[in-house]
Amino acid sequence: MSQFAFTELEIQRAVLTIGVAAVCSVSCALLGCFLLLKRMSMLGDAIGHGVLPGIAVAFILTGQLTSLATLLGAMVFGVLTALLAESLASSNVIAEDSSLGVVYTSLFAIGVVLVSALRYVDLDLNCVLMGQLVLVPRNTIDGFAILGVEIPVAFPTMLLTLVLTLAFLTVFWKELKLVAFDPNLAQSMGYSPKLVNYLLIALIAGTTVSAFEAVGLILVLAVLIVPGASAHMLTDRLAPMLIWSAVFAVSASILGYFTATRGRYALDISGMIAVVLGVQFALVVLFAPRHGLIAKWWRNLLLSVRIAEEEILATLFRAEEAGVVVYSLALKDHGLSSWVIGYAHRKLIKRGLLTTNEAELPTLTETGRHTARNLVRSHRLWESYAGAVLDVPADHVHAIAARIEHYIGPELQDELATTLDQPPNDPHGKSIPPK
Amino acid sequence: MFDWLPYNTQVVLVGVTLLGVCSGVIGCFAVLGRRALVGDALSHATLPGVGIAYLLAGGKHFAFMLLGGFVSGLLGIGVLSILKRFTRIREDAAIAIVLSTFYGGGIVIATVIQAQASGGQAGWDTFIFGQSVGMIWDDAQWIMALGLVTLVIVALLFKEFKLVAFDPAFAHVQGWPARAIDFTMMLLLLVAVVTGLPAVGVLLMAAMLIIPASAARLWTYRLSRMLFLAAAIGAGSGIAGALLSSSVALPLGPCIILFAALFFLTSLMFAPERGLLARAFQRRRDRIALLADLRAGKEPI
Repeated sequence: MSQFAFTELEIQRAVLTIGVAAVCSVSCALLGCFLLLKRMSMLGDAIGHGVLPGIAVAFILTGQLTSLATLLGAMVFGVLTALLAESLASSNVIAEDSSLGVVYTSLFAIGVVLVSALRYVDLDLNCVLMGQLVLVPRNTIDGFAILGVEIPVAFPTMLLTLVLTLAFLTVFWKELKLVAFDPNLAQSMGYSPKLVNYLLIALIAGTTVSAFEAVGLILVLAVLIVPGASAHMLTDRLAPMLIWSAVFAVSASILGYFTATRGRYALDISGMIAVVLGVQFALVVLFAPRHGLIAKWWRNLLLSVRIAEEEILATLFRAEEAGVVVYSLALKDHGLSSWVIGYAHRKLIKRGLLTTNEAELPTLTETGRHTARNLVRSHRLWESYAGAVLDVPADHVHAIAARIEHYIGPELQDELATTLDQPPNDPHGKSIPPK
Repeated sequence: MFDWLPYNTQVVLVGVTLLGVCSGVIGCFAVLGRRALVGDALSHATLPGVGIAYLLAGGKHFAFMLLGGFVSGLLGIGVLSILKRFTRIREDAAIAIVLSTFYGGGIVIATVIQAQASGGQAGWDTFIFGQSVGMIWDDAQWIMALGLVTLVIVALLFKEFKLVAFDPAFAHVQGWPARAIDFTMMLLLLVAVVTGLPAVGVLLMAAMLIIPASAARLWTYRLSRMLFLAAAIGAGSGIAGALLSSSVALPLGPCIILFAALFFLTSLMFAPERGLLARAFQRRRDRIALLADLRAGKEPI
């Protein structure tokens, strides 16, 4: 039998597991977007670790892992983590990142010691950290089934969390947006950024703990920040960012489940979803259309080719003007690679701006000369402007103009000429060529 | 000196003492350079490398696992600096991303190790939670060697580290290779993390770096004193944690961190000038002085 054939039981199990993972991931991802925008990404991590003593204490008191008490205990400690870290940081004794680090690692250590001390009872640290998505379909609600499928215990809890998250986002949309982008404005308009922050933190703490048993701490940490970060690479608007983050969260849940379960070994599903999220993020960082590394690199390359072309033209024009012969177009002091210069050279010839004369030396064609004259005009106008209006000494104006000449369009050129009253010469005494 | 302790505990004590000194010292630079949480990202980032090394070596080979952890930690540093320098992702998010995805990868590899089950997971778990029971003299020797190298480098580059930790822009303007010095600090941070992993574990290694240094910061305004204090607090919590861990059979890492947190809390309360009590007293004195000035009809400043 091929490994791609599914039995009905496998399909059912897959749907249930993916369902729980996806629902949980989406609520975390949506809330995480705000942490990301508020530059508090590590707060998710801190809350995730800080809730452990809350879970342990609630477990000691009630003897149950999935109870309202656990949820409350975890939420209290989640908010406590944030409060302690904030008050430590605001007392100006310790830097912000260190305060967070001190608080959550200490709380986590207390939690681990408590859990370890309870070793003999049924609270496994590994389970808390790694989650047990594998077990999700097996822990079903007794005697409760939809269409003959028994629903796992984790599902209603996660669904409730998602509904709460969505309700929170809808009700506080305006406030959240304002606080995320301009907390000072929010404060002055009478919205309390603190209140919104703590609601957000409480909700994240609640989501974290209700997600714990099913997906584990690792996935919660990953899914809080990574989908939001991927989405942030793709868009500059809040609503699309949230939608993208949900898309990444759901697709990673699906892909992660299948890569983990269909291979030779049964791999940890939560860990695998985190890895898939990482891979998605890596791909987005590379290939995002506007903010991606490749797109940026490509734009820089196009720009450097254009600058190389313009430098070649200007160099030849100045040489003609001075009556000297240019033997090499290496343009060493412009920081352009020889490959870019060579490519720009060939492109200029192809476009008919450059040709070679009888002595096999590069020369400008008529169109080339026209373009070059314009560039030199821009350069010298800017030199005059810098000297006359910006009070830059004459021996400093060249460097500035050499950079800005590539960005002066026709309108700016005209405006410079009008402002300076059509000057005949630049500060070095060289004539400014006509258009 | 510790003859009354079992041999194994003696080995652990030597290991954790040096570890405490080392991470205390390196932690100072991390805390002052505002990269306390980078240590957390790096410690999580080592996990996949440790796991792959375990799989390749076919069992617990200490030095090889440390090397694996070092390599994947380097990769973590690389990702962090690429994200920070070339993308719109800010440092806090970059740290969270490296931490969670590398850790997820490590856990996936852990399940492969489990599935292969050649000799079970022996020695692997210790890297996550930290355990002293398995520490043998060879391991302690590795910790000592790496720790001493770190301390020697810090001693040699003290001036440069100080400059870059406090004012990287000034260092750069003064013509120091600020980026190279910064990278060296990152490398030492990684070495400290990797060295501490088997004893303290991935999850709490960051605390070893942050807490003693933060506690030391409360007592002094001078870097040299801060380094010695952090080293002492690190070593002290190491020794106390190891003794507690071996006597009540709790994992070593959390025990050490508990004592470090205790040191921190004490410092926070009682440190002169910056401690909470000292500040409360100072406020009280100020208030009384202000009241006296007002009663005397003087303009308050």
